[in-house]
Amino acid sequence: MTTENRTLFDRVWDSHVVAHDDGSPAVLYVDLHLVHEVTSPQAFSSLDARGLSVLRPERTVATMDHSTPTLPERLAVIDSPAREQLGALERSCEKHRVRLHAIGSPTRGIVHVIGPELGLTQPGMTIVCGDSHTSTHGAFGALAFGIGTSEVEHVLATQCLFQHKPKTMRVSVTGALRRGVGAKDVILALIAKLGVDGATGHVIEYAGDAISALDMEARMTICNMSIEAGARAGMIAPDDVTFQFLSATDGAPKGPAWDAAVARWRALQSDADATFDREVAIDATKLEPMITWGTNPAMAIPITATIPSPADAATPHERTARENALRYMDLVPGEPLLGKPIDVVFVGSCTNGRLSDLRSVARLLHGRTVAPGVRTIVVPGSERVKKRAEAEGLDTIFRDAGAEWREPGCSMCIAMNGDKLTPGQYAVSTSNRNFEGRQGKGGRTLLASPLTAAASAIAGRVADPRALLREGARTR
Amino acid sequence: MTTQPLTGFSARVVALPKDDIDTDQIIPARFLTTTTKSNLASALFADWRADATGKPRDDFPLHAPAAIGAELLIAGRNFGCGSSREHAVWALAASGFRGVIALSFADIFRANALKNGVLPIEVGLELHAHLLRAVALDPSLVVTVDLELQSLRLPDGTCATFPIEPFAKRCLLQGVDELGLLLSYLPLIEAHEAARR
Repeated sequence: MTTENRTLFDRVWDSHVVAHDDGSPAVLYVDLHLVHEVTSPQAFSSLDARGLSVLRPERTVATMDHSTPTLPERLAVIDSPAREQLGALERSCEKHRVRLHAIGSPTRGIVHVIGPELGLTQPGMTIVCGDSHTSTHGAFGALAFGIGTSEVEHVLATQCLFQHKPKTMRVSVTGALRRGVGAKDVILALIAKLGVDGATGHVIEYAGDAISALDMEARMTICNMSIEAGARAGMIAPDDVTFQFLSATDGAPKGPAWDAAVARWRALQSDADATFDREVAIDATKLEPMITWGTNPAMAIPITATIPSPADAATPHERTARENALRYMDLVPGEPLLGKPIDVVFVGSCTNGRLSDLRSVARLLHGRTVAPGVRTIVVPGSERVKKRAEAEGLDTIFRDAGAEWREPGCSMCIAMNGDKLTPGQYAVSTSNRNFEGRQGKGGRTLLASPLTAAASAIAGRVADPRALLREGARTR
Repeated sequence: MTTQPLTGFSARVVALPKDDIDTDQIIPARFLTTTTKSNLASALFADWRADATGKPRDDFPLHAPAAIGAELLIAGRNFGCGSSREHAVWALAASGFRGVIALSFADIFRANALKNGVLPIEVGLELHAHLLRAVALDPSLVVTVDLELQSLRLPDGTCATFPIEPFAKRCLLQGVDELGLLLSYLPLIEAHEAARR
């Protein structure tokens, strides 16, 4: 093991290798295992069938988020398979003494929102979850990645995984972001540049002054969508912004332990001469608000641009992909997306369901109303986000504007809980995936930032938030 | 506890030659409210199989008469991107698929597939195009997969090798129970925990 020229990723990886036998992948120790109802039941049943138990319940934390209703009255009518799945998680957690943030708990929420919020997510940790957006936690300088259910079982039983060491990629984002341009726009621009498989096999480290200037919630938005470029994980070296955020959480070390932890965390940096398998640069000063037009997150354009034409595609494969996407989306190449009428606006998800996201939306909705006929749903990422938003009066702003204020959960990002688009509907969505049918069979998703979602809700059409930002807040 | 060893097989191939087939297409999220791995066959490509009224689409490749019983699927590039749902692999396996041939695979899908004995067979552009042409000409064509040799052989003699990392190969060939193997590291795992305390 070398001690110099190491990346942040190398440091975290190296300190978690339990064993590395010839011809085998490393046995990697997992500090924190997050669990939700959808990808865990088969792992728990298999564990039970083998007569095994959860090795480290204290390193395992469960929540209910994917299939939970966001309307309180729907609790009674949630479909029975979903209810059975939630019940299975409850029984497994009780049997194996795993902490569960169940429905009704004031700390429940989307798994990638509550981890950081409760201070469970800490720099230098290895974190896994049966969920591809586990990359979110990398914003704290953790190595965090999604796994399948077989691997969930492995971690439950051994707190370890067989893992091959991924490659590294550094994405340097430099310069100041312009007004109206935020973390969501940065990550959509990067995915558009790399492609949906451009970072396959890599762990990305986001660096540069534009990243350092972001608050923790914005950093989480960026790391969250690393998987949409195919990356195994996304990481950002911890700094004072990170420590400030952590110091206010319940799970952070206290007293002398805090000082020791910060001293340790400060070493979690890539060495100046560390080399990466790949380097990518993004000029933040040139970015505009981004929006997707197609059926994967790489099909994104600046909001003022026109819909790309299959004829301009670089390869025959790309041309076919564009044709298929345009057919599904029922959009015309060469036309602008700006001004396109929409049916639904969804604000929420592990990408953009945090307090700062809700504040961005409220900033534009304050004193304004959503366009008639546009259903606007605002879903906080967790019970705590909900409580804090309500303490600031954001719920009143949303309701006064004609938007729906819901209970926390994944909601319409994955459309498992009854919140969904109907066939043919267009939605501007702050979530992370615009795959065919992702938000409901036949639904058409335009991924964008919370600001763009809010501006579009007000206009009833795809809208550039910068015009409203120039206009400033309105008072009634 | 061991799993069934896999050395190779011969199978017919059904073509779904699109790029970036994400796991939401392989199995839409509404089918994930299950606590078992079985009964997922009908959910495979559910939204591509049926039209807006729910009627099965005759033009969907998996519905072609020659596709019935096909145990290999050939797709485009970046197969299985998106969500980590292992249900995508379970749905393929439940539908009788023993492998997927593609130009590339998403990381999590590849790992999930290997753990369920569904072979991710990555091939180059040339073989990919050749196989697509051959299957279009003769949908009853049978290809032979040999895991030991890491080869894919067509009846016309065309043969290509595919990459598979040695550990996964050994696990599949010998039916190694990965969890059982991991459990054998428990003393080292505990030593690691003690050292970091």
